[in-house]
Amino acid sequence: MSIWEFLQTYGARIIDGTLVTAAQFVLATLVAVTAALAAALGKLSRNLAVRGLAVTYIELFRGTSLLVQLYWIFFVLPLFGITLDKFTAGFLSVGLNIGAYGAEIVRGAIQAVPKGQWEAAYALSMSPARRMRRIILPQALVLMLPPWGNLLIELLKGTALVSLISVADLMFQAKQINASTFLSAQAFGTALVVYYLLARFLITPAMRRLERVMAQRLGRA
Amino acid sequence: MDHGDYPLELPEGDRPMVRFMNVTKRYGSLTVLDNLCLDVAEGEMVTVIGPSGSGKTTVLRMLMTLETINGGIIYVDGKPLTHMERNGRLVPADERHLRKMRSSIGMCFQHFNLFPHMTALQNCMEGPVQVLGLPKAEARARSEELLEMVGMIEKKDQHPSRLSGGQQQRVAIARALAMRPKVMLFDEVTSALDPEVIGEVTNVIRRLVGEHNLTMLMVTHQMGFARDISDRVCFFYRGKIEEQGPPDQLFGNPQRERTQQFLSAVKEAD
Ligand SMILES: Nc1ncnc2c1ncn2[C@@H]1O[C@H](COP(=O)(O)OP(=O)(O)O)[C@@H](O)[C@H]1O
Ligand SMILES: [Mg+2]
Repeated sequence: MSIWEFLQTYGARIIDGTLVTAAQFVLATLVAVTAALAAALGKLSRNLAVRGLAVTYIELFRGTSLLVQLYWIFFVLPLFGITLDKFTAGFLSVGLNIGAYGAEIVRGAIQAVPKGQWEAAYALSMSPARRMRRIILPQALVLMLPPWGNLLIELLKGTALVSLISVADLMFQAKQINASTFLSAQAFGTALVVYYLLARFLITPAMRRLERVMAQRLGRA
Repeated sequence: MDHGDYPLELPEGDRPMVRFMNVTKRYGSLTVLDNLCLDVAEGEMVTVIGPSGSGKTTVLRMLMTLETINGGIIYVDGKPLTHMERNGRLVPADERHLRKMRSSIGMCFQHFNLFPHMTALQNCMEGPVQVLGLPKAEARARSEELLEMVGMIEKKDQHPSRLSGGQQQRVAIARALAMRPKVMLFDEVTSALDPEVIGEVTNVIRRLVGEHNLTMLMVTHQMGFARDISDRVCFFYRGKIEEQGPPDQLFGNPQRERTQQFLSAVKEAD
């Protein structure tokens, strides 16, 4: 079967899978960014309990494998009375896992904002929360965008694991097609190309654009 | 250390705008300021000079509450700055007390520290809007007036990265003044500037001295400027005031040997 015939026959399923992957990506990104920001601020907090919680989250999710986390959230949490559907368990696991790495990026960027900026904001009598929100985070954001670009590509690749709990994403469709047709090269080849195209022609350009816009806001461009 | 010996408030008639009472500052085993006593009267311009490392910056930073003190107490406008009253006794100030008290103090830094993600005007409006809660229109009017005064109104919509050092420092002065402080602190505000633009910043400070009743404490290495505009000059040496007096007396007829040595060393370097 030629690749064109293959696409004609299975294109619709590939597209369905790609849309699910895209949805997983977007939702996991939201989870990751939120978790990263909260954990970074937590780790910088003066409150010992808050700091402990943030460190525990970061260590736990960075120190163990994403697949194990996914299985935990999907198969083990129900034993503790928390049952999530597979779609939610999927993007939540991926988002929390990547968020733990993101937390270090956010923390590093916050600490890289020159000390003089804290002091100037302090000298204007700003409260700690306002200093962070109005002065430090906007500047840290510019610093953290390039590493986030890389991390989001990792996140996209990570979403492929949700197929293992039967979320019907791109990888899941490729596996199903392979199982019923044994067209391994076509099925997984197409998946490979689609993942690459998403990363190369959607995520990377979008992040570049965001970097440019943020640089302009700083009056740098 | 017993805070109980210090008055909860300075009495009427003995209320300088700023009073350092036996203030001690240590970094580890290094005593940077040793039992410092210093008054600055309302409307007075006091200049601090001295060799590098003598504690000049630390004095300003303690007044801005950027540094905590290890002993003594600071009063601003008669009220304790570093301490607050609790059950009739003075205890070390908490964050809220510091925030409230330091709003009457403005500071300009050697490296300007303008917010790079805001225009000149936004830099000036940030404090009035976010901290003082002024309506935007009022904050804008106030900020534009100050930018006009420092000669930066034409550049009000520029980001700091588009401004020269001298221009940035003038915006920073306007930003601090927009909070309507009672006390202004200047820490070597011309040290990071190219020689040809120092004048534009010192001229702004000159105008402040001439036209406003601000209390000012300034650290500078520009002896000529200090002599021109100060009401009083303090020479710091190793965390103590070695000598102080009116500028003509301190520069013209210094009494202490260390002052003489410092001034002649500075003169040679010029
Ligand atoms: N954060 C700090 N930690 C340790 N030592 C410090 C710190 N800040 C200042 N010092 C020391 O305190 C002394 C006085 O510093 P400073 O007030 O900046 O002096 P000046 O402004 O007169 O040059 C110096 O010896 C300096 O090294
Ligand atoms: Mg200094």
